[in-house]
Amino acid sequence: MEKWANMKLSWQWFHRLGSPRWFYQKTSAWLPWLGAAALLLLAVGCTWGLGFAPQDAKQGNSYRIIYIHVPAAFLALAGYYIMAICGAIGLIWKMKLSFVVMRAAAPIGAVLTFVALLTGAVWGKPTWGTYWVWDARITSMLILLFLYLGVMALSGAFSRELSGDKASALLALVGTVNIPIIYKSVDWWFTLHQPATLKLTQASTIDPSMFYPLITMIAGFYLFYAWVLILHTRGLILQREWRTQWVRELLGQSAPAAKA
Amino acid sequence: MQFQFENFASFLAMNGHGPYVWFSYGVTIAVMAALVLVPVLRQRQMREAFRRQLRQEQARRRSEIARAASETAAAD
Repeated sequence: MEKWANMKLSWQWFHRLGSPRWFYQKTSAWLPWLGAAALLLLAVGCTWGLGFAPQDAKQGNSYRIIYIHVPAAFLALAGYYIMAICGAIGLIWKMKLSFVVMRAAAPIGAVLTFVALLTGAVWGKPTWGTYWVWDARITSMLILLFLYLGVMALSGAFSRELSGDKASALLALVGTVNIPIIYKSVDWWFTLHQPATLKLTQASTIDPSMFYPLITMIAGFYLFYAWVLILHTRGLILQREWRTQWVRELLGQSAPAAKA
Repeated sequence: MQFQFENFASFLAMNGHGPYVWFSYGVTIAVMAALVLVPVLRQRQMREAFRRQLRQEQARRRSEIARAASETAAAD
């Protein structure tokens, strides 16, 4: 008996985590700190990368685009993991909040993929002499953009919300095949895009004077992603729970007429 | 660590790479600002729509009370 009680207790956090109301109330306090930290890191990283990091010996100043290109691409990929994992959790444990986070992650991921592609194209012009080339890395990133757009379209294509949740979660899961292809594309097909300069397992092939502003920007992008993902999730929660008592109380709170 | 450019004009020009660099940063900042603003504005809209609905409900309730009161007065 006692064992059962313990198990019940340990699962409580999991169920609470799945409650949109709990999430909304909990994250209210985090948002300002998260936003301030993200903006501070991004401001420091931008100033550092644009004005204080040294020029690249080969590429000159055009390389300064790296400080947004690489973090945006990082988060475009990490965001896909988050979206697909949330879809899987929603399918397996039927957790409502998980689907909401998945839906929130799709447009953010699409924007970051777009930023990575656009900055890459603009960087390509002075460096490679062309905006676009059907290189393996670039093509697989374009597929990533279409996967994000597909999840967005599919999640909104059903009149029943749950059908949209399940269908888009499936698409997100199937699309994960693309992620290792993106990572490995620069090694498998050595075409135009340069191989990674940041490596987890060995020393990076980038000078510390360029590495520190880059890592600052990556950290800033991660915090920014968390901030924006929470913001979007909260918006979707309010939309979904529009008719529930707690949302009505929350929205009516600051209404002066509510007291009458 | 020191500023890499002689003056502000050369900072903007970046030896001819200025347009590429500044365009990239400009678009990125614009779309990232939109990512923050869209949910914030949407929440504000929902709040206003909710208050409007609340006011309408209250007005309806008040007019019902007034009508009921006038009916009882007429019955007397």
